[in-house]
Order: sequence, then C-alpha cells, then structure tokens
Amino acid sequence: MNASEEYEIMIGNHAAAYACKGAKVQVVAAYPITPQSPVVEKISYFIESGELNARMVRVESEQSALVACVAASATGVRTYTATSSHGLMLMYEILCWAAGNRLPIVMNIATRAVGAPWSVWTDHQDAFTVRDTGWLQMFCEDNQEIYDTNLQAFRIAEDPCVYVPTLVSYDGYILSHTFMPVRLEPQSRIDDFIPPLKHHLNLGDMNVVKGVCPVTTPHVVKREEGTAPGYYEFRYSLQRAMEHSIEKVVEVHDLFAEKFGRSYGNGIYKAYKMEDADIVIFAVGSVASESRLVIDKLRAKGIKIGLISLKLFRPFPAKHLREVFKDIKTVVVFDRDVGYGYEGILFTELKSALYQLKNRPFIKGYIVGLGGRDVKADDLINGVLRTIELEKKNEYVEQTEFIGLKLDELDFLKKGGKVENGR
Amino acid sequence: MTEEKDYQKILASVQKPVEGEAGKTGSWSTIKPKINLDKCIVAKMEKNVCHFCWLYCPEPIITRTIPPRILYDYCKGCGICVEVCPHKAIEMVEESEL
Repeated sequence: MNASEEYEIMIGNHAAAYACKGAKVQVVAAYPITPQSPVVEKISYFIESGELNARMVRVESEQSALVACVAASATGVRTYTATSSHGLMLMYEILCWAAGNRLPIVMNIATRAVGAPWSVWTDHQDAFTVRDTGWLQMFCEDNQEIYDTNLQAFRIAEDPCVYVPTLVSYDGYILSHTFMPVRLEPQSRIDDFIPPLKHHLNLGDMNVVKGVCPVTTPHVVKREEGTAPGYYEFRYSLQRAMEHSIEKVVEVHDLFAEKFGRSYGNGIYKAYKMEDADIVIFAVGSVASESRLVIDKLRAKGIKIGLISLKLFRPFPAKHLREVFKDIKTVVVFDRDVGYGYEGILFTELKSALYQLKNRPFIKGYIVGLGGRDVKADDLINGVLRTIELEKKNEYVEQTEFIGLKLDELDFLKKGGKVENGR
Repeated sequence: MTEEKDYQKILASVQKPVEGEAGKTGSWSTIKPKINLDKCIVAKMEKNVCHFCWLYCPEPIITRTIPPRILYDYCKGCGICVEVCPHKAIEMVEESEL
C-alpha cells in the first residue's frame, strides 16, 4: 500500500465522525446546527449503511439532545454528541448534569460566534463560555488532530480515574468544512487502543442501584441502608478528578503516539520553535495555527519568538505552563473571545497560572477575529511588535485592544457621514 | 494496584425513591385519584400490562401490583395518573369519597 492510499481527504466534521465510528459509539443524539451538522449526518450515514451499530436519537432541541445522551450514558453505553454556539448555550444546564454525574460523554464543538448579532462564523466564545461546567476541554489545529483527539477523548473520559465528560473543539469552517488528508486507523488497532466502556453506572438494572436518599442534601445522610455524600462531597470529587486527569491526558496521548506514531506536543500544549525563544505567542485553535506563520516571519527578522498552542484548556495545566514560561521574557496572548467586562479569557487564565512565578514575564493580551473576521499573519505580527514596544517602555494598557477592527471603513463614523446601519 | 482515591469512589448521586422522604405529603391536597377496578386493564386481565399510572407517577406512590394501589399518605393529588390512564379508570375525587 503506498502512502496516498492510507489517507483520505475529508472535512474536519467527517474526521470527527470517523473517530466516533472507530470508537464504536453506541448512542448519538444531536440537533442540527451550522457548522456542526455534517458530523452527525455522517454518523447517521454510517448507522443506516450498517457500518456502525449505534442508535441515533432524533430530538427537538440541543437541550433534549444532551438529555438523551445523559440518559443513555447512565445506562452504561458509549455516548457522543456534537454542537456549536447557540446549541451549546441551550445545552448549558445539562452540561452541568453530565459533569455532576461523571458521565464519560464525548462532545465535539465546531466553534462559532454566539449571537447577537447573528453569525455562523468561527470564534472561541462558545467553547470558553462553558468553561466552568466541569467538562474536560481540548482544542485542535487540523483535521488529523480532530480524529486523533476524539479517539483519545473516549479513552480519557472513560478512564476510572477520570469519569469526566469531554469536549473536543475545532474552529467552525476553518476546520469543520475544510478538506485535509486524514489517516484513518484500522478498526482492530482502534479496538486495542480504546477498551470497552466500564461505566460506574448502569441504570438499566435498577436492582444494582444503591439508594439511600433521593435528595442530595447539604449534609451527609446516614441511614441503615448506608451513607450518602452531600452535594459538597460530589463537587469536591469532580474537582479532584479534573485535577488528576491531567496525568491521564498525558498518559493517553503518549500511548496514542507510541501506537499510531502521531503526537501533539506533550498532549497538553504544542510548542513551536521554543528552544531559544524569549518571546512567546500563546493561543488556541485557528489563532495558534496562523501564529506558526508569524513565528517563521518574525524569526526571519531575527526575533527569537516561539509558540505555545494550548491543547488542554480544562483542566487548566497551570503547573506545566509555569514550567514553560519561567524563563520567558515576553508573552503575547491572542484571544478569539472576550470575557466581557474584563479581557480575553485565555489572557486571564494564563496570567493567573503565572502568578506564582518569581520572575513573571511581561504579558499582553489582544482580541482577534471575533465572528469569523479573518485573522491575518500581519495582524498578529503587529500585536507582537506593539508588545515589544510596550515592554521597552514598561507600559501597561488598561483597555482591551482589538486587532483587525475596521472602524475606519465605517463612513457614518466620519464627520458629516451618513448613518446607515450603525444604530 | 494503587489504592482507589476518594474522587474515584464518590461518583454519581444515583438513588432509588424512598417512601416518605419529604414527610406525609398526602396532606397537600384535598382531592385524590381513585382507581375504578372495573375499568383498570391490569385488574381486569390480572396481568402486568399497562401500568401507565405507576410509570408516570412523579412521586412515585402507585404500586406496580395487580391491581395497582395508591399510597394516599404520600399522594400529592397532581392528577397525572388520571390524564395518562388509557382506560379512563382513574378519577379525582374528594378525600371523603375514598
């Protein structure tokens, strides 16, 4: 078999679907939303053609989709769904239920801006908005990474040391609808990699359900039948599991790399030209992949710059990032999202992680590419150069800075300009 | 094998319903469902068929027995069983008529 036969050309959404087929998911429930829909359309095709033995549950909304997944997962089966933007927002309540019950559901987000105004194009606002629900969160930079990360996600989520639902995000359109070569692995090798699900729950058999107290109280309940934890103990347990799952993410990534010969940094972040870097770009997804070009261009000008492309966003790998940034002079964070009223979300997170360092780097955050505005290499270069200038002056800018805004093209902002669509 | 950690043991809050968890909630309402055994298909066929009332009762205080019984000490009188009974065998009556 020659190299070209081992690869198939496909969009990112289909790479996600092929991974689900490889993982032999048993129940899928989803509701169509741009740009996610081709994922479940493809899975539906696999089921109808007999290539995948799974049940597709058709529902009337994303909230119901995740409810169906929660219910299915609670009977002990491998469960998957995918969504974007407003669909994810509608799932919010159930995201908390899935995490609180430690259900190892895997979900893809084809990232998309959240309205208003209405947009179907990419940014990372939707994925970051569900940061605190208790799901593991990973980001991808290309279609092969979507396929590989999804395979890893099932194994990570279902590990008895973890049992935490997992989100794998990739940029809408930029990956979801872009054709790239993807190497699909043989079923037997995937079966070796992902063991059958050993769930901690099986509601299919009510006889094995230990019941003590139907209401989870603020306190621990003691009865003749046994002792039930309070809400506090359950939530403590979720946090501990998240903290410890970092080790499992690395372990599963390394196993994957050994077995299939493809690796993504250390499974937590991907470093690019970091060996002698004293200035570093920190970003995820599409912004990180565009930054690679920026690194090459700036290195050609003699600037010692590198990239840390974050793969694992939750749990946030603070310890690992402190290790990376401990000797770095300057950090530039590009956020394709805003924590409204404050600043970019990645920016906040990284600063918080680096607080413990003795010699903290000069760090500056920018907002880029909201609602699919093209993130150009030159925009990012301007951000880096401005940061270098600010660092020389040791100047801290309080206001959030947006790169790539086109206010100058809005005629009605000019003196005597005609108001058209601005208000 | 390493010792199982606490976070690996405290997983999902999965519980069976317990009778009277919130006290005798039967005092919440003055009208109650009453099963007419002449119409109830479970009672008539003496088989475990239907049982919609048991399935839909949110408390649940209807037994999956032949015939089904309603535990009035805890019935809040919501009337869902009346709505779902395909044989119209359940009606809401004043407590004094039970």
